[in-house]
Amino acid sequence: MSEFKAGDQIAELRVTPDKYVPHRYAGASGDFNPIHIDEEFAKAVGLPGSILHGLYVMGLVAKASALAVADGDPRALKKLSVQFRGMSRPEQEIVVTGEVTGVDGDRVEVDVVATQDGNQVIRNATAELAVSPD
Amino acid sequence: MAIKTDAVGKSWPAFEYEVGREKIGEYCRVLEIQNPVHFEPEAARAKGFRNVVAPPMFCVVYSAGAMGPVLFDPDVELNFAAMVHGGQEFEWSEPVCSGDVISTTPTCLEIYEKDGRGYYVFGSTSVNQDGDEVVRGVWTNIVRGV
Repeated sequence: MSEFKAGDQIAELRVTPDKYVPHRYAGASGDFNPIHIDEEFAKAVGLPGSILHGLYVMGLVAKASALAVADGDPRALKKLSVQFRGMSRPEQEIVVTGEVTGVDGDRVEVDVVATQDGNQVIRNATAELAVSPD
Repeated sequence: MAIKTDAVGKSWPAFEYEVGREKIGEYCRVLEIQNPVHFEPEAARAKGFRNVVAPPMFCVVYSAGAMGPVLFDPDVELNFAAMVHGGQEFEWSEPVCSGDVISTTPTCLEIYEKDGRGYYVFGSTSVNQDGDEVVRGVWTNIVRGV
């Protein structure tokens, strides 16, 4: 049985990615799109500067959900769907929050949002986690 | 101009990726994921994993080689300059550990136009060396001004 019930807020995650996170994430993921790692290129295509990878922010959402609900167990997250909106930038805090929307046996469903500077950069995110019985 | 939909239903060859312990560590250090099961084989085995285990979103690392070529396929004819990553969905099954060989097969699920935007929706299915499914993905790219 899960300790969670619908309406519970999950523990929030606050992260301020440093200036070089997009470079390190590019190396880790293999996504070297210049909008993430080249300030001048990003500005030339109309962005305020280099932006974080959406999948990096989705990675934070996955991390926050698993930490809050299952103590970071890598088996816990069963499903995660997100919509990317706007953009997020390094050197500004990202806050991941969530609310439990349903519990069915060992399954917990959470609505998750990632915001930066008041803007929702990931929204309509639904995470489904399995809580281990022990 | 009507959007080109020739690629709908098309599949591409599977892409094979061998998962390495240091690559999992590199990914986890960027995300500041600190659970020792992602770094130390003994810690991973103590929790019932075969070896150092990848966090769920590591799936983007072993899937990337499959999804990249799809976006460049002339049948898809996707305008990169106007493209944004609109949405992403993953559904996980078997955990992925260091030493696993993961094969990812991409398919084109949908291409459609809505309010002047092109929606390009791709699916991916990843299986391990035993043929067990590890993750299934839905990747939505949006192109402005089609």
